[in-house]
Amino acid sequence: MSIQETATKIVNEFSLFDDWMDKYNHIIEMGKTLPMIDEKYKTDQYLISGCQSRVWVSAELAEGKVIFKADSDAVITKGIVNLLIRVFSNQAPEEIIDADMSFIDEIGLKEHLSPTRSNGLVSMIKQMKLYAVVFKTKMKEQQA
Amino acid sequence: MSFDVLKIRKDFPALHQQVYGKPLVYFDNAATSQKPEAVINQIAEYYRTINSNVHRGVHYMSQQATDAFEGSRKRIQEYINAANHHEIIITKGATDSINLVANSFGRKFLDENAEVIISSLEHHANIVPWQVICEKQKAKLRVIPVTEAGTLDLKAFEQMINDKTKIVAVGHISNALGVVNPIKKIIAIAHQHNVPVMVDGAQGIVHDSIDVQAMGCDFYCFSSHKFYGPMGVGVLYGKEKWLEEMPPYQTGGEMIKSVTFEKTTYNELPFKFETGTPNVADVIGFKSAIDYIDGIGMESIKAYEDEILDYGIKKLKAIDGVKILADGAPKAGVISFLIDDIHPYDAGTIIDKFGIAVRTGNHCAQPIMDLLCIPGSIRASLAFYNTKDEIDRLAEAIITVKEMFA
Ligand SMILES: Cc1ncc(COP(=O)(O)O)c(C=O)c1O
Repeated sequence: MSIQETATKIVNEFSLFDDWMDKYNHIIEMGKTLPMIDEKYKTDQYLISGCQSRVWVSAELAEGKVIFKADSDAVITKGIVNLLIRVFSNQAPEEIIDADMSFIDEIGLKEHLSPTRSNGLVSMIKQMKLYAVVFKTKMKEQQA
Repeated sequence: MSFDVLKIRKDFPALHQQVYGKPLVYFDNAATSQKPEAVINQIAEYYRTINSNVHRGVHYMSQQATDAFEGSRKRIQEYINAANHHEIIITKGATDSINLVANSFGRKFLDENAEVIISSLEHHANIVPWQVICEKQKAKLRVIPVTEAGTLDLKAFEQMINDKTKIVAVGHISNALGVVNPIKKIIAIAHQHNVPVMVDGAQGIVHDSIDVQAMGCDFYCFSSHKFYGPMGVGVLYGKEKWLEEMPPYQTGGEMIKSVTFEKTTYNELPFKFETGTPNVADVIGFKSAIDYIDGIGMESIKAYEDEILDYGIKKLKAIDGVKILADGAPKAGVISFLIDDIHPYDAGTIIDKFGIAVRTGNHCAQPIMDLLCIPGSIRASLAFYNTKDEIDRLAEAIITVKEMFA
């Protein structure tokens, strides 16, 4: 599935809920299926700053695709980072770098996108895109 | 006479709004308070009429503005019962006041043999300025620990203070936990050693009557905005004896007597510490806030706040899994709590959806959170315009939080 297709799928999932509580219950559920980061990565190096809760994200490259894993000490944050992982994981670095994130607005989580929010969604996206940039550079070097 | 909270609420326009379609419950008063109409009107009135720069014009409007500005200073002096009006320094806020003392007092009195004492319960504003000046002057920073109950360990303090100690800087009421510190005892101990005490009264001024002479503190500081006044204004009270000895903090216009390129002589108190154009409108607005509070009376405010705080603590404690931090310590205005092992951020996100403004996180007091081994807490901070009904709504929201994260 492409990034756009996953994003559309997520938007459709969320469109089933019209009340905030169902929406958050869905995010909480999503937190439960988060691909868990290996314990050894739960260090400051993998910690994403700018969040009120702690979030760790790791990335590795497998056959030209980026695989993300994460964890957080807050459940809602786990759900939100999993939302990003569903969209970004198993995609090529290029696709991740160029990904349009407007779907977050569409699912009614726009408030989380403001850079002044302390939940760090913006920092998470930035960090994940940064991983993609690094992998893209590495791949280019290998080709050269 | 009973406290008519519904009538009082009418004085605060910002309280009457809907958030996510629900009536707002504002429980973030320790961060900043809402403003009564009188304050809002006063600020507008100032800009409509006497707006001009202070202390420099011979013209009529400047004189009016200067009179009103100095009138505020006198009102502050009277309200906290300072001996002299020149002991009231107008600053930008509590943080600015603390930086002034740390830098000015620090440059004069701290060296490699000196020690400064703060406490574990401090807001970052009363930690970092001392850390920085101690580092600069090569002085040592020491920290009063807390007991299991969440109160300051005075025994440890008595052992810590010695002839190297140059100043003690402690909070009056903790913003993170609401713990009221035994400030008079701390001052008495420090004064036995001839050590001055600076009290961070950012929360203290809000919940109790302050008489700086009766308290005996050497410095007391606070922000207008937490005390129903406008943002951008703060106060530093300092005993004349100390303020006279301390060098200026920031420099520029207004704080000087004469300037030549060879030498500048400084103005007298309080102007020595007030450089540049002050926030005249908001300083004048702050007087209206004090008048408003005084009109109701701090004694009635305190009695009512204690009543709803007590109600709130009981109500929340009755919910299975709610843990009140520093429970049992003397408290004012703040309920800092955790729900089961739910992360405060998770709880806060859901409570917000009920239209209830609480704060989550470490409340700019990371050291005490680290000591308690928690990532932070949920903080409901009350003001005299809050009601028991609002506390009931918080209790309902907490029950939903419990269900959602069960
Ligand atoms: C105890 C305490 N000290 C200092 C401050 C800093 O106040 P301000 O940000 O208004 O300078 C606060 C504000 O949260 C506080 O609660």
